[in-house]
Amino acid sequence: MTNEALIAAIDKIGAEAETRQGAQYVETFVPFAKMHGFMKHLKEDDNLAFDYLICVSGVDHADHMQMVYHLESTKHNHMMVVKVKTDGRETPAVDSVTDLWPTAEFHEREAFDLLGIHFNNHPDLRRMFLDDNWGYPLRKDYKDDIHIVSR
Amino acid sequence: MDELREIMITTDEIKTDEYLINMGPQHPSTHGVLRLLVQLEGEIVHNVQPHVGYIHSGIEKMAESLSYPQIGHLTDRMDYLSAHQNNEAVALCVENALQVEVPERVKYIRTIMSELSRLASHQLWWCVMGMDMGALTTFFYGLRDREDILDIFEETCGARLTVNYSIPGGLMFDIHPNFQRDVKAFIKKFKTKLPEYDRLLSGNVIFTERTKGVGFLSKEDAIAYGVTGPTGRASGFSCDLRKHRPYSAYDKVNFKEILSDVGDTYARYQVRMAEMWESMSIIEQLIDNIPEGDYAVKMKGVVKLPEGEFYQRVETARGEFGVFIVSDGKKNPYRVKFRSPGFSNLFAINHIAKGWKIADLVAIMSTFDLVIPDIDR
Repeated sequence: MTNEALIAAIDKIGAEAETRQGAQYVETFVPFAKMHGFMKHLKEDDNLAFDYLICVSGVDHADHMQMVYHLESTKHNHMMVVKVKTDGRETPAVDSVTDLWPTAEFHEREAFDLLGIHFNNHPDLRRMFLDDNWGYPLRKDYKDDIHIVSR
Repeated sequence: MDELREIMITTDEIKTDEYLINMGPQHPSTHGVLRLLVQLEGEIVHNVQPHVGYIHSGIEKMAESLSYPQIGHLTDRMDYLSAHQNNEAVALCVENALQVEVPERVKYIRTIMSELSRLASHQLWWCVMGMDMGALTTFFYGLRDREDILDIFEETCGARLTVNYSIPGGLMFDIHPNFQRDVKAFIKKFKTKLPEYDRLLSGNVIFTERTKGVGFLSKEDAIAYGVTGPTGRASGFSCDLRKHRPYSAYDKVNFKEILSDVGDTYARYQVRMAEMWESMSIIEQLIDNIPEGDYAVKMKGVVKLPEGEFYQRVETARGEFGVFIVSDGKKNPYRVKFRSPGFSNLFAINHIAKGWKIADLVAIMSTFDLVIPDIDR
């Protein structure tokens, strides 16, 4: 499938998603309230069939957090990126996609651990690398006077 | 397969209390500081919970205050057995973002070095796997041959493990004048040594009894859990990025993607053994044809990436390694995320080991070829 056809197929899903051709891959921005239904379509639609979740990354922006999902279809060999903005950055929350891709459980736990992003309906959301009372180090306003020497 | 597991769990007539044991963080078969919380009934594994983070070093946080050439030097501390491929991933990501085209010579040398790393990594995996199963001799055989590759690395890169050889724009130095001679000598020698590996372990009755038909992973589950590399390919998941999304000089060589549809521990073993032959074939195709030219393009003193998000995937010895860089146009990245193959592979272990004996868990872990700094980052 060409990227134009892929964009057209993704546009058919709706869900207030905005899809465009990015620098490398097809990129879709989807509101956090609609994301789970949208991702379910991506996985289950035969023409899209995004069955392999490569990478889940969280990014701290000035006024919101962003979750970035890199997806690939092993059947059609196409790739896309889904980006979800959270509502604010103090108590950000998005839906978990663990029920669609089991590997998401651990990538989401990592994002929770390092960025403090909460995942609704996650089966086992707890810290992964760090202690329970540690802050969220990948947040831009994280301060650690003991371990980080700033010059 | 699932029925088989059910039978193993339910028809066990002697019922014992369930109990929890900690495997690790100091355990020889975890190959590093990894703790597995294993829930057992007698000898049968009911649940495995990996606990990671003992050597979490915050490389992603550190990278936010470093420049792009500096980040490359952190990546070979992650998966130190695939150090070259990790360097290459960062270099390719920065080059793609800046749209820098590196000389053909660089591509060829990078590919040869990647394959040498893969060989060295698989050799170490093989000898440690034998040791996990109680065969100490394999350890000496594997390390003996790995030494030759490390000597080649030392001569050309100046380091044996953390090579720091690929940098944005090309290579750190040109290859050593003896490089081609040494690599050819090594390939010639190792071709006679690899059959020894098979004679020593592959047909060994004790070894095959412990690995054949143990620890199945289906293709669907491999995809769902994101299990890549030889581990995923042993389940039939065609995930070799060298084939599907070729980078460097992989589009100029002929090689087979090794796939197996069995998905048990022995299949994972066989896939890695066959990959060593393929790696040698790739090196042989390239080593005499390294084009003349520069070993690097001139980059600016301060490398600044344009604003945007960049992703690069490479195939390391363990599977798919990804670098995700978010840039805001400054000399430091805004956010860096490393998608490490070991991380995704490790968490499939609960799914695979459930219903098997605790001794099988050691065999299954071995064929995952885990490197803990790769998981903890």
